[in-house]
Amino acid sequence: MTVALRNYWVRIVAALAVLTVLVIVVNVAAHGTFLQPSNIVRVLRQITYNCILGIGQTFVIITAGIDLSIGSLVSLTGVVMAIVANSLHIGGIPLLAVTLLAGLAVGAAAGYVNAVPVVKLNLPPFITTFAMLEVTLGLSYIISHGRPVALTNAEAFAGVGYGSFLGPLTKALHLPSIPTPVIWMIVVIAIFTVILTRTRFGRYVFAIGGNEEAARLAGVNTARIKTLVYVISGMCAAIVGFLYMALFGSGSPQTGTGDELLEAIAAVVVGGTSLMGGQGSIIGTFFGALLIGLLYNAMNLLNIDSYLQKVVLGVVILLAVILDELRKRYLSKA
Amino acid sequence: MRDIGKSFPGVRALSDVSLTLHAGEVLALVGENGAGKSTLMKILAGAQTADEGEIIVDGRTVRNESPHAAETLGIGMIYQEFNLVPHLTAVENIVLGSEPTRGGLLDHAAARARAARVLGDLGIEIPLDVATMRLSVGQQQIVEIAKVLSKHARIIVMDEPSAALTDREVDRLFAIIAKLKAAGVGVIYISHRMEELPRIADRITVMRDGRAIETRATADFPAGDIVRAMVGRTVDAHYPVAPPVPAGAPVVLDVRGLTRTGVIDNVSFSVRAGEIVGLAGLVGAGRTEILRAIAAADVVQSGSIAIDGKPQRLRTPGEGIAAGIAFITEDRKGQGLVLGMTVRENISLAHLAQFINRDLLIDRTRESAAAEQKIEELRIRVTGPEQPVRTLSGGNQQKVVLAKWLLGTARVFLFDEPTRGIDIGAKAEIYALILTLAQQGAAIVMVSSELPEVLGLSHRILAIREGRSAAEFSREQATPAAVIAAATGAVR
Repeated sequence: MTVALRNYWVRIVAALAVLTVLVIVVNVAAHGTFLQPSNIVRVLRQITYNCILGIGQTFVIITAGIDLSIGSLVSLTGVVMAIVANSLHIGGIPLLAVTLLAGLAVGAAAGYVNAVPVVKLNLPPFITTFAMLEVTLGLSYIISHGRPVALTNAEAFAGVGYGSFLGPLTKALHLPSIPTPVIWMIVVIAIFTVILTRTRFGRYVFAIGGNEEAARLAGVNTARIKTLVYVISGMCAAIVGFLYMALFGSGSPQTGTGDELLEAIAAVVVGGTSLMGGQGSIIGTFFGALLIGLLYNAMNLLNIDSYLQKVVLGVVILLAVILDELRKRYLSKA
Repeated sequence: MRDIGKSFPGVRALSDVSLTLHAGEVLALVGENGAGKSTLMKILAGAQTADEGEIIVDGRTVRNESPHAAETLGIGMIYQEFNLVPHLTAVENIVLGSEPTRGGLLDHAAARARAARVLGDLGIEIPLDVATMRLSVGQQQIVEIAKVLSKHARIIVMDEPSAALTDREVDRLFAIIAKLKAAGVGVIYISHRMEELPRIADRITVMRDGRAIETRATADFPAGDIVRAMVGRTVDAHYPVAPPVPAGAPVVLDVRGLTRTGVIDNVSFSVRAGEIVGLAGLVGAGRTEILRAIAAADVVQSGSIAIDGKPQRLRTPGEGIAAGIAFITEDRKGQGLVLGMTVRENISLAHLAQFINRDLLIDRTRESAAAEQKIEELRIRVTGPEQPVRTLSGGNQQKVVLAKWLLGTARVFLFDEPTRGIDIGAKAEIYALILTLAQQGAAIVMVSSELPEVLGLSHRILAIREGRSAAEFSREQATPAAVIAAATGAVR
């Protein structure tokens, strides 16, 4: 087996082993409620938002960048989409599509603006995206006047926010119904996995993170690739803004401004993507988000104090990164 | 060092290696890349630990399990890639890790005095208060040497110290080594340059495949025997001779008035199909910068470039590649390779478009097949296309860089130090490859700091000095003395 493939499988197997042990212990302690299908589905729905944010962030982090603006972008795109949706006199799928496209455009534009100083002036993305965090959040409060913008046609979005359009199928198979956001997450994972691992763009993302000068001298348009990763990150934030708006029936400037940013980054890092750039994977980010989600869920089932939950999460993030580093050292000796 | 053995998972790096070094002696350690020299020296310097064997210093068996432990034993190591902190001054680097203090604060005067004393002993003056990144490579090396000497090193290991130096700097290095010898310091000198061994080494140990093959006094170890011991077979050490350029060969690359302020000054030359033009000159003369300008890696103020008679306006390396330029950079790790990627991914990087299917996805099967074909053609020693390039030896890494550029249909090949830091066997293969490219009608520009290499391979030589083309020589005219004279400004 090739080294790269072995690397990949060691990563997956290690993650699964950790999860399995954790799951069994918690399930016993929680009197079997943890492994109930309805609970698993609940966790998947809860991680959807962090996972999608993390997927956009994964692209940025593989190029050795960082995008701090995603949380505020969830807020801004949510507000903008709610206003757009309220101003449209159409319904059904066209309403959803136009609204989503408006949000994606805002997210992409913000990502583009994030990237310009990074690629033109070689400024650190930490600074430019931090500035964007403040700007977009401010804009979000300005255009919403600081209040949630209620959707006048909320029921049109309800199916996206918390419905389950696969209901009849899952019922026939005696499975718990899969919420629509989870389907969105699966689609986003699939699309971006293909983009990252199978396209030229994806290869160049890794090459830039591994050695930007070598990539440039090999003819890679590094400015364009780096711009695109911030655009992708902004668009992922817009998708999350869309899902939250659909879920709550309103676009609120406060959405996305809590722990979303840091938990998305945590999912990426726990998922094995290197902050130094050059390596990472979308499926890793999913597992990272899943691990964090399961942890929170288990602690809730076990009635662990919510302040203590924070401490545990911090320790787990650190442990995950330490384990990953040790594993890499072991493999690099081979 | 006695019976040293070391294994990495899957590889036996060293077996039963024994080595003796006397006070005031220079022992040269030679061998192809991957022969185990670096591993052996890292064990001596405490950067790695041996599985077997023992190290004896002054008759006592010692345990040097860390670089710090080795340091206290008086063992100093100067790596090929220096370990200086670029933003700190020479003084600060020399005392780094053992800063003199007074009342808990740094004692600058004492630090300066210590650095000055060490350099004074060597009879060398360098700027002490300038950030080391602004010193020349030769001066940086002197800082490294002063650093280990200031820690009272009695055994100094130098890993290819002359590789990046100009001839004058090499002379100075050898003078320093002579002083160290006189002071009773033992020096282990790793080198790929055969011609300097008689000048510097008292004894020579040849390593091959993780074993010490042979040790002899330099006087009874002729170059032919050394090479034979290194490769385990005889190798023609001469440069292959390029066939003459056909009389009617068209001009492929035409460079006119290339100027980059302060670096390149109005350089013009042309290269015909099948011709190899060598750029000779000192480090810093602007040779690399000329290649970078042609490849559009840097922005130039003025000048024009034509390929096959067509004027080119190249703004990015990508446009250079599209115009048929392949630029093989001098710095493999910094500019040539993405070390974390596999051999396959590195080979295909500059020509990924070839492997894109109609569904816009990379065709892994074709990509792997192309990589495997190049691996075979260039005899790259790998376990397969999925091996990370980080784990390859220098020569094989360089072949991966070459494979990357051979995947395209470049008309112009710019080689910058194509054989730096690689073993003799790989060098010969790279020379043969350059000739093959020329025979196929490519235009080749080559930069090398090894003068015999430039003189041996090129049809024409340009001596570059201070960013200008100082003189041009045909192969017949180009004697080492004449070219060096032009490159150093000793004539005109």
